[in-house]
Amino acid sequence: MENFSPFVLPFVLGAFALLGICIYKYVRWVRQFDRAQKKTLYKNIFSVKFIPALWEMFTECLLHLRITKKNWRLGYMHRSIAFGWFLLILVGAIESRLGTKEHFHFWVAIFYRYFHHTPPVNGTEVFFTNLMDLLLLYVLSGVCLALVKKIRSSLLGMQRATKHSLMDKAIRYSLWGIFPLRLLSESVTACIYGNGGFLTQSIGNLFSIPAAQFLELPFWSLYSIDLCVFFVLLPFTRYMHIFTEIFLIYFRRLGVQEHTRMTGFTKFELSSCSRCGMCIDHCPLYKDLDIPEVQSVYLLRNLRNLEYHKDIVTAAKNCLMCNRCVEDCPVNIDLMNIRRIARDKGKIDMPDSYSYLKNVNSFNAIGRVAYFGGCMSHLTPGITQAMETIFQAAGQDYWYMDEQGTICCGRPLLQQGFNSQASELRRKNTELIRQSGATALITSCPICYKSFKDEYQLSIPVYHHTEYLKMLIDSGKLKVKKGDLKVTYHDPCELGRGQHIYEQPRQVLSAVATLLNISDEKENSLCCGMNLGNTVLSLEQQTVIRDNTLACLSEPNPDIIATACPMCKKAFVHGTGANVKDIAEIVANQIEK
Amino acid sequence: MADFGFIIKKTRSIQLSEASLTKFKQAVEAVPSYKNCIGCGGCTATCSARQYTDFNIRKVHFSIRRGLYDNAATELQKCMLCGKCTLVCPRGVNLRSLIINIRQIISNSNEPFEDGKF
Repeated sequence: MENFSPFVLPFVLGAFALLGICIYKYVRWVRQFDRAQKKTLYKNIFSVKFIPALWEMFTECLLHLRITKKNWRLGYMHRSIAFGWFLLILVGAIESRLGTKEHFHFWVAIFYRYFHHTPPVNGTEVFFTNLMDLLLLYVLSGVCLALVKKIRSSLLGMQRATKHSLMDKAIRYSLWGIFPLRLLSESVTACIYGNGGFLTQSIGNLFSIPAAQFLELPFWSLYSIDLCVFFVLLPFTRYMHIFTEIFLIYFRRLGVQEHTRMTGFTKFELSSCSRCGMCIDHCPLYKDLDIPEVQSVYLLRNLRNLEYHKDIVTAAKNCLMCNRCVEDCPVNIDLMNIRRIARDKGKIDMPDSYSYLKNVNSFNAIGRVAYFGGCMSHLTPGITQAMETIFQAAGQDYWYMDEQGTICCGRPLLQQGFNSQASELRRKNTELIRQSGATALITSCPICYKSFKDEYQLSIPVYHHTEYLKMLIDSGKLKVKKGDLKVTYHDPCELGRGQHIYEQPRQVLSAVATLLNISDEKENSLCCGMNLGNTVLSLEQQTVIRDNTLACLSEPNPDIIATACPMCKKAFVHGTGANVKDIAEIVANQIEK
Repeated sequence: MADFGFIIKKTRSIQLSEASLTKFKQAVEAVPSYKNCIGCGGCTATCSARQYTDFNIRKVHFSIRRGLYDNAATELQKCMLCGKCTLVCPRGVNLRSLIINIRQIISNSNEPFEDGKF
């Protein structure tokens, strides 16, 4: 057989094994989509959404732009290995196709130098030979960086690298082996036949010809075997993300979303995690409390790998749900929903838990806005009083929905995995709001706001009070005067990262006071530590997180620490002698009479 | 009988030496701050569910301390988990965690993911 040598067999078998296992897994996962996900998939499968998906696949799976934006050194490392290897395969395929007259097999593209001995003569051949060497050098530079990261991750801007399982370590070494082995194999062949480029020929010339002849077959065989090991391990390790992310991007663009149960789509998300560990460094539980192996990367690993299944619940429970890792994840995996899925309470999530609410009646609020303070605002009466002052000053008729008793919005239950109990509360609140005939819903609590926005299907607009204050000030309904107070603003997790409301509170504050900048704000804002997402942390641990956040907020010496969440306010007032106020309270003090 | 606006409960006694405190001990193990409780009742006073029904969280966890588990699960089901009780507690008892854990202990059910079967 022309263009064949037994050493290609491991590579060929490995490649077919990889293809077979991947197809088996992907088909299985798509079949495990739930009904709604399948419907979305089939409805949109031939839509034009394919085009932006293709672009995202290129920029994310190959160029890794999102990682580069966060940390250019890591971005370079990932890009050089992913995009470099992709080009190596692509250019290698073109080169070998052009150079092989007959008996072309797909492995010839990989082992081209071994089968094609004639030194490059014309311009095209010289170009391709040297381009291939350049690309190999590019990939090798990435591998070197990966080595540096392994030894000292801080040099690449990461404080803590992920702890990997045995299989993950094994495949990492096989990946690192591939490119040096390819370099050595091509170099010894270049030494014998003179068919190398600027890199392989120079290294090849260091060998003596008998040594090269002796080493040629072993090197090429090792290269082939290493490829085989990498291919066979790939579907069972973190490197499955290489192919899975392509599908994840496609499905996501088609509109497939995570639901409350583990589905095939969840499995695509789990396998898209490359365990890069970028979610670890900023996690308050790691940063402030040094709690190991609960961060998203470990939760996803525990869900995916059989040997870690016993640790799923421990990791799932211990999280503030502050969304910081969602901001940091370069693959945009729906980490919060996956965590909620893992927190599923199963049998104790009882339907009809709140039958006692059936006698709660609505109020005729036609033409008014509904104001929902939220449970927590009952502990911070300053906020609700300020809002009432503001409504009156703006001449707005309002209905204070939960003045007497609060029916929770359901989000705290949802975050703990009580899906059916949460939906019962949502049904009740929806009914009350619908029957009232109110024209808009304004809430003071970012937790409720996120819930009303995302989890309810209300037909009226929903505003957080910071948005509403901004609208009142802009429309001139509320006249405020600028005071000489200096304030710093704390972005509540659910309002900032949860709903991306960063500008409105800042504009409102700038209208009534002087806003100072702090080091960690907007997307990078720190959690107050009291987030309802967590039930595991002790008060002492929460206090540590709170104090670190307070230190950041107090740094520019403000007169007032402002926030927009009753929970954060409640957390801060106990931790500092400084003045902590909600935006509504500051605005209410600055109303022009 | 005439309605005097109050009722007199029948006298009852609990044999603490016979009561099984296993589940209470499990709850303390799961939520160590449980043992800090001084029974001030701040949790009940602030409770959102309490405003609509006669749910009394203080009563429930005192019953559990004495080994009375009968109505605890159905009572705790009324909780909306809003977390006000945890915030007002002067002793730092993590009541939300306690409520979830007691419900799990009493119903003897693991979370689905705890068994690794999903």
